[in-house]
Amino acid sequence: MNQAYIPIAYLIASVCFILTLQGLSSPKHARAGNLLGSIGMLIAVVGTLLLKDIESFRWIVPGLIIGSLIGAAMSIWIPMTKMPERIALSHSFGGLAAALVGVVEYIHIQGTPELTHFKMGALALEVFLGFLTFTGSLMAFGKLQGVITGAPVTWKGQNAINISMFLGALVLLVFVVLDPTRSFIFYFMGVLGLTVGVLAVLPIGGADMPVVISLLNSYAGLASASTGFALGNPVLIIAGALDGTSGFLLSMKMSKAMNRSFANVLFGAFGTGEGTAAAAAGGSAGGAAYNLASLEDAVGVLDAAQSLIIVPGYGMAVSQAQHATRELAQILEGKGTTVKYAVHPVAGRMPGHMNVLLAEANVPYDQIFDLDDINDEFARTDAVLVVGANDVVNPAAKDNPGSPIYGMPVFNVDQARAVIVLKRSVNTGFAGIENELFVRPNTMMVLGDAKKTLRELTQGLKEEAA
Amino acid sequence: MSNEALLFALYVFVLAGFLGYQVISKVPPLLHTPLMSGTNAISGISLVGSLVAAGAHYGTLSNVLGFVAVIAATINTVGGFLITDRMLRMFRRRPTDKP
Repeated sequence: MNQAYIPIAYLIASVCFILTLQGLSSPKHARAGNLLGSIGMLIAVVGTLLLKDIESFRWIVPGLIIGSLIGAAMSIWIPMTKMPERIALSHSFGGLAAALVGVVEYIHIQGTPELTHFKMGALALEVFLGFLTFTGSLMAFGKLQGVITGAPVTWKGQNAINISMFLGALVLLVFVVLDPTRSFIFYFMGVLGLTVGVLAVLPIGGADMPVVISLLNSYAGLASASTGFALGNPVLIIAGALDGTSGFLLSMKMSKAMNRSFANVLFGAFGTGEGTAAAAAGGSAGGAAYNLASLEDAVGVLDAAQSLIIVPGYGMAVSQAQHATRELAQILEGKGTTVKYAVHPVAGRMPGHMNVLLAEANVPYDQIFDLDDINDEFARTDAVLVVGANDVVNPAAKDNPGSPIYGMPVFNVDQARAVIVLKRSVNTGFAGIENELFVRPNTMMVLGDAKKTLRELTQGLKEEAA
Repeated sequence: MSNEALLFALYVFVLAGFLGYQVISKVPPLLHTPLMSGTNAISGISLVGSLVAAGAHYGTLSNVLGFVAVIAATINTVGGFLITDRMLRMFRRRPTDKP
């Protein structure tokens, strides 16, 4: 095949990728868009395999086969509740691939006139960002999986060290661009990226994961785009730019939903450690009596309610209670109760986490509402069922200026006539903040595993109806 | 890379980023997880670079590094598109029974 035509394959792929993202503007066209994206990818890969630079398929074919098998296995068998872990892992693979391509390209053109100042800059950035994304995402995965403690790990001078490592990387970048022959700086940047990835994610607590995962998504995209700059390949630049903007936009939305400045987020959620420690020490609701309720009381409230809003949180994912939630809702809907679901942007461990779980449980998406669309309705609602959510229903965010989450937009759950909170124990939530909602007079706490409690509530409602 | 080529690359990057911003702002929160897994699959396009690294006449070390990169990028593309589809299949408007 004439080599001049191969860039056309890349052009087609680029258009397909843009259409994929456009499809995601509504659930109706999203699947078709996704299919188009995979076709675009196939075209780009076939075009690449026709390049005359490729002389041997000895490494390519096994690589493609092994990668496809692992990728397919991971996608087919992973439970939906493990989606944040899955996404974190794939960010790390993306970072690794970009970084390795950068290293290979550097070895290849090292000492030749091809290694211009600009190309050196792109390669150094690619390797730094790629390795940073690789270890950072592995750390995020470890925290989500519970291999590494989900609590923030902090030590004295941590912020200063992390910031100086970032600045150090920038200085090195300038050095290596000015003098591309210094290969040790290039490799040192890679090592620095690996280190920064670990250190930047360590201080971040589980509740901040949606922001971190979005940010790593953005870094993975920027690493790909740098690859495109280094190789002079527009499809890599376009795909990387799309991925980079997507991650950037998501992390902006997430940080806004947590009332955190973007600078705060960009540098790996600095201050989370201190904030959490202060919150744990000065919990305002500590010691107050919880209104523990029996199953019968909760069944009574649900049975009498004309309208119900369900607020799911990370606890629903942990206990895999999405199906049990839906079963309870169906019983109530059968009795004529209006049931809606309220999903906070940062509920769970990644953007959209709760929506995927509810979709898995077959909850129609026109029953799911965003923060702004439903927040005025709580005051007019008979009952609210909180399934494993904590910070997003904490009224302290509205009226306690001393709270670390003060200013964060939260659901007006406390305005509903009755609130039933399903919770594993009365311990503080992931962010370690006391929740005043739990001691309000109109709140009933039902302790225990959410899935088990929901099943028992459903059973109770069935008996009530019989 | 010549100056024109550099300028061209920057053009592409800036315009793609701008386009991405426009298109992605329209994605509802409902689909944020599929958006993330979908863009992940797309950025697996670094497979294109990995394939060259694994298959070109660059020496064994480069080929082995390329081989690892091909595996990592293929996991992302194949896995990313498959799992995005698996998720999107679940989003339904009206209550229906599972197939």
